[in-house]
Amino acid sequence: MDATGIGLWGVPLAMLGGAIRVSTPFIFVSLGEAITERSGRINLGLEGTLVFGAMTAYAVAVMTGSPWLGLLAAAAAGLCFGLFHGWICKFRGVNDIAIGIALMLFGSGLAFFFGKPFIQPSAPDLPAIPFGGWSDIPQVQAALNVNVLFLIGAALAVFLWWAFRNTRAGLILRVVGDSSDAARAMGLNPNTVRLIATGIGGALAGIGGAYLSLYYPGSWTEGISSGQGLMAVALVIFARWNPLGCFAAALLFGGAGALGPALQSVGVTQGYYLFYAAPYILTLVIMIATSSPSRSLAGAPGELSITK
Amino acid sequence: MADTVSSANVPVMLGAKNYPTALEWIARRAEAFVIPLAALIVGMVLFSLFIALVGKSPAQLYETMWRGGFGSWFSVQNSLSRAAPLLLAALCVALPARLGLVVIGGEGAIVLGGVAAAAMGVAASGAPAFFVILAMGVAGLAAGGIWIGAVGALRHYRAVNETISSLLMAYIAIALMNHLVEGPLRDPASLNKPSTEPLAEAYRIGNIPGMDVHWGLVVGIIACILSWLLIEKTRWGFAARIAGGNVRAAQVQGLAVGPLIVGFTALAGGFAGLAGMLEVAAVQGSANASLAAGYGYTGILVAFLARHNPLAIIPVAFLLGGIDASGGLIQRRMDLPDATVLVLQGMLFVVILFSETFYGRFKAFNPDLWQRPDLLKGTA
Repeated sequence: MDATGIGLWGVPLAMLGGAIRVSTPFIFVSLGEAITERSGRINLGLEGTLVFGAMTAYAVAVMTGSPWLGLLAAAAAGLCFGLFHGWICKFRGVNDIAIGIALMLFGSGLAFFFGKPFIQPSAPDLPAIPFGGWSDIPQVQAALNVNVLFLIGAALAVFLWWAFRNTRAGLILRVVGDSSDAARAMGLNPNTVRLIATGIGGALAGIGGAYLSLYYPGSWTEGISSGQGLMAVALVIFARWNPLGCFAAALLFGGAGALGPALQSVGVTQGYYLFYAAPYILTLVIMIATSSPSRSLAGAPGELSITK
Repeated sequence: MADTVSSANVPVMLGAKNYPTALEWIARRAEAFVIPLAALIVGMVLFSLFIALVGKSPAQLYETMWRGGFGSWFSVQNSLSRAAPLLLAALCVALPARLGLVVIGGEGAIVLGGVAAAAMGVAASGAPAFFVILAMGVAGLAAGGIWIGAVGALRHYRAVNETISSLLMAYIAIALMNHLVEGPLRDPASLNKPSTEPLAEAYRIGNIPGMDVHWGLVVGIIACILSWLLIEKTRWGFAARIAGGNVRAAQVQGLAVGPLIVGFTALAGGFAGLAGMLEVAAVQGSANASLAAGYGYTGILVAFLARHNPLAIIPVAFLLGGIDASGGLIQRRMDLPDATVLVLQGMLFVVILFSETFYGRFKAFNPDLWQRPDLLKGTA
C-alpha cells in the first residue's frame, strides 16, 4: 500500500474507516444480545449464529445473485438458531450458558458442512454509499465509503434505546428480565417472552454474519469470524445493556480491530500478531475494569445468570 | 434430587427391607449411566436423520466411523493417540466445573503450554534427556496453569465472567503463539510453516512398548485418576464440591474459596498445558500453529458428556477420539465434508445438555419413591 502524501495520518484515518467497517457486525450482534439479555437469558451461541449466518447469506447470494435475499436468509437462519436456544432453555435443569457453548460449536460445524462448496465462487456485495466524494484523497474516500447496514444498525440502536423505555413491548421485556415472578404476577409468560427475545437476537446476529461474508471481508471462509460473536456478548455487559452504549462500544472495538491492518497499511509489520490481539485484550481489560465482586452491575437485568 | 431426598434413615422408615439393598444401590447409580447413554443414542439417531436428509446412507456412515475409529487394532491405536490430549483438555473443563465454573478456553492453555515446552526443550538442550523432558513438562504445566489460574483469580477477586474471559484469553494465547513462533522463537529453517527449532531426537517422547501410541495416553489417564482422587477423596475436593454447590454456604463454613478456585483452575490449566507439551514432545517435535488443532474445544464436549467426572472422561475421550479419527475416512469414502464430525459433535452436545432435564424425574432411579408414589408429585 502506498501512503500518497498523507504519511502517518493514514493510521487514524484507516482506523476510522476500519472502525466503521469492522464495527457493523458487532453492532448487530450486540443489539441482538442486548434484547436477549434484557429478557434475562444469555445466548453465547451467537458466535455460531454469526458464522452460520455468514455462510447462509453467501450461499443464497451466490445462488440467487441478490445480496438482499442472502441477508434475509441469514436473518431467517439466525431466527431459527435463536428460537431453538430460547425453546430448549425453558426446560428445568438446562443451562443457558452451556447450551450457548454447544450451539457455538454446532452452528460453526453446520456452517462448515454446508459451506464447503461456496468457498470458491464469488457473491455480489451489499451496496455501500460513498460519503467521501468531496475529497480527492483516496484514503478519505475509502474511509467514508459507508455500508448501508452500518446506517441501519445505527438507526436500530436509537430505535431500541427509545423502544426499551417507551413501548409496551420494551416494558414487558424489562419486567421479564428483572423478575420472572413479577412477570407472572402481571399475567406474562416469561418463557414466551424469552423465546421471542432470543429469536430476535439470533436474527440480528445472522444479519451481522451476512455483513461479514457479503461486505467486509466479503467472502466466505471457515475463519470468517474469530470471536466477534463472543466479544459482542462481553460488549453488551460493558455497555450496561443500553443500545446506544452498544453502538459506541462497537465502534471502539471496531477501531481496535482495525489497528493491526491500519499499521500494516503504512508499513509497520513488526508485532502484527500482537496488534491482531488488540480487540481481545481491550475486551478483557474492559471486563476487568467494569466488574466488581462487591456490588452487582448497575442496570443488570435481575434474572441474568452471568452477573450473579 | 436423589441425594437430597435420601438421607440414610428414610428408606428404613419406608420399610426398605422389602427391597434388596443391592438393587437400591444399583438403582441410585444407574441414572448416571442410563441417561447419558440414552442421550448418546438419541444424538446418533438425530445425526442419522441429518445424514439421510443430505442424501447419504447413515448405515454406511456409522460403518465407516466404526472402521475408522474402532474396528481394527490400527484404528484403535489412532483413536487412543487422539484421546491422549482430549483427556487433559477435558480435565481443564471438568475440574473448574466442580466449583461451578464454566471454563472453555483450554485451547489457549494447550497452545501456550506447547510453546513454553518447546522453548524449554531448546533452551535446556545438552542436558540429560530425563531432566529436559521433566523441565518441558513443568514448563507446559506452569504456562497453562498461570493462564487458566488467572481466569479463576479474575473470577473470584474481580467477578469477571470466567466463560467469556477464558475464551478471550484463548484468542490472545493463539495470537501470542503466532507472534512468538513467527518472531522471537522462529527457527529460520522453517520456511513454509513457521515453527520453533525442532527438538533433539533424544528429547522426544516415544511410544508405549508394543503400541503405536505415545506415553501421553498414560499421562492423561494418570491425570484423570489423580483428579478423581482429588475431588472424591481429599478435603480440598470436598471443599470444592461444597463451594460448587453454594459459594456463600462455603464461605460461611470458613472455607478459603479464593485459593480453592485459583488452585483448581490453575491445576486445570496446567493439565491443558501438559497436553500442549505432549503434542510438542511426542507428535509435532516443535511448536507451531498445528497446536491449535481444536482439542481444547472437543475437550469441552468430552467433559460435559462425562458430566465432569474425571473417571468417566477416560472412556468418553476414547469414544470422541475415535469419532475424530474416523473423520478423514468419512471424508474420503463418502464424499462428505470434514466438518461432518463437527456436526455430530454439536448434535451430541445439545442432546446431552438437554438430557440434564431428565435427572431426578424417573421413579426407577429413586428407591425412596418405590413405595411412596405420593412423593413423586414434587419431582415430576
